[in-house]
Amino acid sequence: MATQSVVGTKNRAGQVVTDAWKMMHEAERTPCFFTGSEVIKEAIRRANCDVMIAYPITPQSEAAALIGELFAEGFIGDYFRGESEFAVMSQCAGAAFGGARVFTTTAGPGTMRAMENFPMWAGARLPIQMIVTCRGINSPLSIQPDTLEISYLLNTGMLVWHAETAQDFYDWILKGYMVSEEPDVHLPLALCCDGFFVTHTKDVVNLTPADMCLPPYDPYRSPVPCMDMECPPVRMMRDPFVMKSNYISYATHASWQQEVWAAVERSRKHAIRWLDGLIEVDKPDADILIVSSGTAVSQGREAQALLEEDGIEVGIVKIKVLRPWPGDEIREATKHAKHIIVPEFNVTGWLAKEIRATIPNADRVYAGPHVCGGMTMPPEVIAADIKKHLGIKSESLAGRGS
Amino acid sequence: MSTMYEVLPGPEHFLPPAAASMGIRLPDPGQAHIHGKIVNEDEAMEAAARQFLSAKVPTIFPGPLVLWAWNEKAAKKATAIRHLYETIKESVTPSQQAMLIPMPDYRPKYPKINPEIEINPNHPNLTIWHNKIDACMFVGVHCHQANLSLKIIRGGTYCYTIAMCAQAGHEDAMVSFRDATADKIMRLADWVKKLKGSVEPPKD
Repeated sequence: MATQSVVGTKNRAGQVVTDAWKMMHEAERTPCFFTGSEVIKEAIRRANCDVMIAYPITPQSEAAALIGELFAEGFIGDYFRGESEFAVMSQCAGAAFGGARVFTTTAGPGTMRAMENFPMWAGARLPIQMIVTCRGINSPLSIQPDTLEISYLLNTGMLVWHAETAQDFYDWILKGYMVSEEPDVHLPLALCCDGFFVTHTKDVVNLTPADMCLPPYDPYRSPVPCMDMECPPVRMMRDPFVMKSNYISYATHASWQQEVWAAVERSRKHAIRWLDGLIEVDKPDADILIVSSGTAVSQGREAQALLEEDGIEVGIVKIKVLRPWPGDEIREATKHAKHIIVPEFNVTGWLAKEIRATIPNADRVYAGPHVCGGMTMPPEVIAADIKKHLGIKSESLAGRGS
Repeated sequence: MSTMYEVLPGPEHFLPPAAASMGIRLPDPGQAHIHGKIVNEDEAMEAAARQFLSAKVPTIFPGPLVLWAWNEKAAKKATAIRHLYETIKESVTPSQQAMLIPMPDYRPKYPKINPEIEINPNHPNLTIWHNKIDACMFVGVHCHQANLSLKIIRGGTYCYTIAMCAQAGHEDAMVSFRDATADKIMRLADWVKKLKGSVEPPKD
């Protein structure tokens, strides 16, 4: 049952099961010009997935449909459309309880509709991978990029990673299974990206060979019994401790919750190894740091270049992993910074709040600029906000040539 | 995350924290931990053997992964666990009582389990209290349920906990091994035998 024992054999699609570390770090890469949605398909082609369950919602619909093609080609064991996002996530749980490697995608209101399932997945220790192609969630309807939905996922007990680029996306889908399926972790992963900016734009992505795939999921390493109908977590409602009202029941449930968050913590060392750190830092000694996640980091890099032309040195901290929260890394990376700028694609500035709660002298944090509802974040706006924060006058960007 | 936290016998708190949340990290292959500090495996073997020999009621709690012969490895481990138990029994003084109490499954049982004959991960403290167990080892218990138990035991009892884990180990135990095999369990029995007579038995 050890996964290593199957390395070198072929899977149902005729791909060679390959040691995951070798596949991701040593195998030859081929550059391809793909949209983010196509990249999701290519990662799943190599992920040795048993089940993918789909439901249409923009901007993930294309990826979900493309994975249907993979099913037709024999790369996935089963593939079907659920009745709603709630149904999809429940069906994902059923498949994972049964010992399958499960993949799904969702976005915006779909994430919110399915929300009840996510703490259930985590509590049941199901290592399902869910791509979240973030978009607006509120009325009036918006299908455009907006990262507010990530903030709702942060306390579900899921691992939450935020990809910046299509390359991140490709690598992290595959690496994500390796981290989330570790027996000491064994939790669901919400792999988020900024919808459209990543899913619908084309980029050069270096792919691993298509005839290689990850080792299959080994349910016998699960920290809970697989599909045991008599015991929690599968037996959830028929007289387990959760339905009793006494001290022992409460204490057991409390201990269970703590264990889920302990598992989130344990993922730290695995994520550090596979992702080469939870954060990435460029010019840590700069007085001014842009700290962000997702495509706000890309815009930050452009702003960094603009400011450099004006002789202002700016560093960048890219947060790759949001759960577990890289508190130590952020404290270390920002220890010399006098000004910490946190650009975000959402209205509440949840990332700035997390950073403020993490570092000493939190008044160094400038929460902004914020855009939302699908607005782009021009690097000129970030640069202007930084200058304004520093007391340097810059031209207004909002007017028409004024 | 550096930590001052130590995984020590309780009773620790109304609701003790998960050791992982306090910065305790699991050992890498070839390592073990004692009270949350990473050590080499032999050091942990000696520490576990000393606990068995100095406890009034040294107890092994085998779980479902070794109680049923669902594969060859499980059957071998079960034999090794029986050997460890017999070794402890032969190595302690008449005033000490070695016990072997199974955790056959994880079903919540109401109104309560019979602590004479079993332990349950949802209220392991009942078995510990009833039998006055002061040192125990979990083996063959699924990791999630083992951690539930270990934390509840640390919270409400003074029992010293040891985990012989087949996967990555347990921060919530006071001593934890990882990648457990039948050979590793036999090595622990050898340590008990080696230290027999050199460890002061418990005072009444």
